[in-house]
Amino acid sequence: MSDTTVRPLSKKDFVSDQEVRWCPGCGDYAILANVQGIMPDLGFPRERIVFVSGIGCSSRFPYYMNTYGFHSIHGRAPALATGISVTRPDLKVFVITGDGDGLSIGGNHLIHALRRNANMTIILFNNQIYGLTKGQYSPTSEVGKVTKSTPFGSLDHPFNPVSVALGAEATFVARSIDTERAHLAEMVAIAARHQGASFIEVYQNCNIFNDGAFQTLKDDPASNQIRLEHGRPIRFGPDHEKGVMLAEGARLRIVDVADVGEERLLVHDAHREDPSLAFMLSRLAHGAEGPAPIGVFRQVSRPVYGVQMQGQIDAAVEQRGRGDLAGLLAGTDPWDVH
Amino acid sequence: MATKTVQRVDTVTIRFAGDSGDGMQLTGDRFTSVTAKVGNDLATLPDFPAEIRAPAGSLPGVSGFQLHFADHDILTPGDAPDVLVAMNPAALKMNINDLEPGGTLVVNVDAFTRGNLRKAQYDDNPLDDGSLDGFQVFQVPVTTLTVGALEGHELSSKDKQRAKNMFALGLMSFMYSRPTDPTIKWLSDKFSRQPEIAAANVVAFKAGWAFGETTEVFAHTYEVKAASLPPGRYRQITGNLALAYGLIAAAERSGLPLFLGSYPITPASDILHELSRHKQFGIRTMQAEDEIAGIGAALGAAFAGSLAVTTTSGPGIALKSETIGLALSVELPLLIIDIQRGGPSTGLPTKTEQSDLLQVLFGRNGDAPIPVVAAATSGGCFDAALEAARIAIKYRTPVVLLSDGYLANGAEPWRLPEVDDLPALSELVRFQREANHDGAYWPFLRDPETLARPWAIPGTAGLEHRIGGLEKADGTGNISYDPANHHRMTELRAAKVAGIAQDIPPLEVDVGEHDPANPPKVLVVGWGSTYGPIRAAVRRVRQQGMKVARTHLRHLNPFPANTGDVLASYERILVPEMNLGQLRMLLRAEYLADVRGYNKVTGLPFTSRELAAAITEQVVDVQAAEEPVPSMDPSRQGVRHR
Repeated sequence: MSDTTVRPLSKKDFVSDQEVRWCPGCGDYAILANVQGIMPDLGFPRERIVFVSGIGCSSRFPYYMNTYGFHSIHGRAPALATGISVTRPDLKVFVITGDGDGLSIGGNHLIHALRRNANMTIILFNNQIYGLTKGQYSPTSEVGKVTKSTPFGSLDHPFNPVSVALGAEATFVARSIDTERAHLAEMVAIAARHQGASFIEVYQNCNIFNDGAFQTLKDDPASNQIRLEHGRPIRFGPDHEKGVMLAEGARLRIVDVADVGEERLLVHDAHREDPSLAFMLSRLAHGAEGPAPIGVFRQVSRPVYGVQMQGQIDAAVEQRGRGDLAGLLAGTDPWDVH
Repeated sequence: MATKTVQRVDTVTIRFAGDSGDGMQLTGDRFTSVTAKVGNDLATLPDFPAEIRAPAGSLPGVSGFQLHFADHDILTPGDAPDVLVAMNPAALKMNINDLEPGGTLVVNVDAFTRGNLRKAQYDDNPLDDGSLDGFQVFQVPVTTLTVGALEGHELSSKDKQRAKNMFALGLMSFMYSRPTDPTIKWLSDKFSRQPEIAAANVVAFKAGWAFGETTEVFAHTYEVKAASLPPGRYRQITGNLALAYGLIAAAERSGLPLFLGSYPITPASDILHELSRHKQFGIRTMQAEDEIAGIGAALGAAFAGSLAVTTTSGPGIALKSETIGLALSVELPLLIIDIQRGGPSTGLPTKTEQSDLLQVLFGRNGDAPIPVVAAATSGGCFDAALEAARIAIKYRTPVVLLSDGYLANGAEPWRLPEVDDLPALSELVRFQREANHDGAYWPFLRDPETLARPWAIPGTAGLEHRIGGLEKADGTGNISYDPANHHRMTELRAAKVAGIAQDIPPLEVDVGEHDPANPPKVLVVGWGSTYGPIRAAVRRVRQQGMKVARTHLRHLNPFPANTGDVLASYERILVPEMNLGQLRMLLRAEYLADVRGYNKVTGLPFTSRELAAAITEQVVDVQAAEEPVPSMDPSRQGVRHR
């Protein structure tokens, strides 16, 4: 047996012996290092952590984590993770997915895992492109995207992952950016401690097929990252001169604080039961263009699927006693043949 | 009160037929329960449309329930009914051609209105036009008598009419000397929250009985003595119930918690329903968002240390294929239950077929062998589930268990097993607790005997590891693109499954009584639910003085080790299947044996009569080929040459 539970763990304990095989310069490296780095602080015993993934560049992630890991099938990671999570409430389950894996082929599993509120932390790396299959447009690519499969520009309207998660009534929804080290670490830590399904979209750069997709947010973070903080008026800009206000016609507007006054700004309430305002906030993001909110959109409490399932078992055992196989097989109406 | 004579009969096949809303399945179920109680052997065949409620009175809306019961062991639900209870013209039209000549027909004459006759596409009322002259017809005003018996009950006229199936049950219970108390008790329990409904049904049931007893048209009643079944404690069971119990037994005997990930599909949903009821066994059931998530969650649960199961039918297997491939690639125990139905595509959801055999054997990318087990009888679904679990756990592999709609819904008496005699699966679990290679854990370091890999579940400190669908290096399990390694791993996966042949019982042949010097030359090979019909047919053929051997495959992959030798011992091999020749194709390919088929896909099980004819044809054909050639007369050679 290993002595890992005795000695305090460090980042190194979470680095597996496998060679990392992402393209040099890929945003995934930063996310991996970040997640490995905060694991010791989360306090989960290493043997109780499971990383589950589907297929795609991001889905290689579990191989690089020195925890339990399952690299599964394209799109299906939330389904496998649900099975792990509900049968083993003692485990901490992470799902690593991408925009193609989680929102295209696996969209159905993603929304159902979220609505069920199974205990897992889903981190979706959104680079707005298919990387592993070499550069086709994805369900988050902007309309008109010219790729090998869309030489005349893509036609279909993209998903906004945070909007999708809120639409599925996820109990925890956040967004961060691969290069925002401290912010991403904070988001992962809060999400990992959330009871139920937590969802983080991470803007992640694919330097080979879609380089610079989120460059505006990185080049001028002050102007383009709208940091959401619970209980605070939503402000941004180099001098916090911009803000978000609930305007007439039930819509959010970006305003100059000087024009409207701070008291008219929207105070962010991540704990609000009704997800409608959070959804409106999610609509402020325009992908590569303009300012986008990052931070925790929604953090509410709802019964956890696996906990409730265990509760039904406990109640059944309490009411009827532990199952008796011989009694079950005989049923209520047996007869004897002599 | 008229005195009735009691006529003793050894076997009866009775079919209840009516509108889907008439409660025929319930009526059949009740008749079956009391029949089991009096000790008859029995087999049932529920036959209902896929539509929940087709338009009332229409032909597609007819639902039927056939029950065969006897004073001896029986093997099928009966080829053709001796007694038909038809609750409306549509039911008569859909079933009358099956009734034995001279058979008994009981009709609800109240339902033979002009409107209902038209819906059944009758130009003339068959009760008046002489078309039923070959049968013994009893025209009973079931609806009127039921409503009359319920006069004074505070129920709507509709609710009163609804009790007519209990009137019919009462009448048939009288005719066949069935006890009444169990049905009365059952009705009181079922409707305990609606005492008026319970009372009305009991009154209707008793009225039906009294009608038979007092009316002179029913001159005699019938008695079927108890069958001499092997001693023991029995219950009535359907295939799906037996299968659910087999899974619970496998969980109890392995010490593993049971997890079912499933998506509703006919005719498999009842297993999900049943397992969901028994949470006191620690069972977790999850109704997933689709077939893929059902098996995905199950595979996740298997990774985490559960006895994981997914249940479905043919179309669901198609959706689960990729995950079955992953399960065999990561080599985790997983049970995939396929309750086959008519295909392809949506096909015939409520009808039976055996046409998923090739799909479960080969419906995956890559060389992807997995063990396949098939249940032969409704009660046998219990043992099949335990056997599938044994193989899955011992060899760390997904296993397909094939049943079908006929076994799933058909009921028969089932002798209860002793729990302590069930296989001790816990010895096979052996979770890996420690490093297995120089202080490291290699997830693909195999047991040299079974070739199974170790199963280390999350929560085990020091054995953290990663698995996935990419090819794994032999031993370490690390991702490997090495050509020789892929070839080796493909062979290892195949060898592991092939090796199971040494761990399953050899094929047993029932050769019948014969002169040892002159054994049968024809062998009938069956698999799955054709077991009963084939045995019944072989019994018929032997009663005609012909010799025929019979064997039944319970493992379809791998085949029992002696299968080739068995096949080689016979001149003629016949494989009856409810498909166009899937096992026949496998046996021909595997053993180069000249296997012939008897194939039919009507959505219904074979009748023993048709199978007996097919077998007889082969026996006669082989005999004819062996007739000694008349002495050679050179002058006639030219004539004989053809």
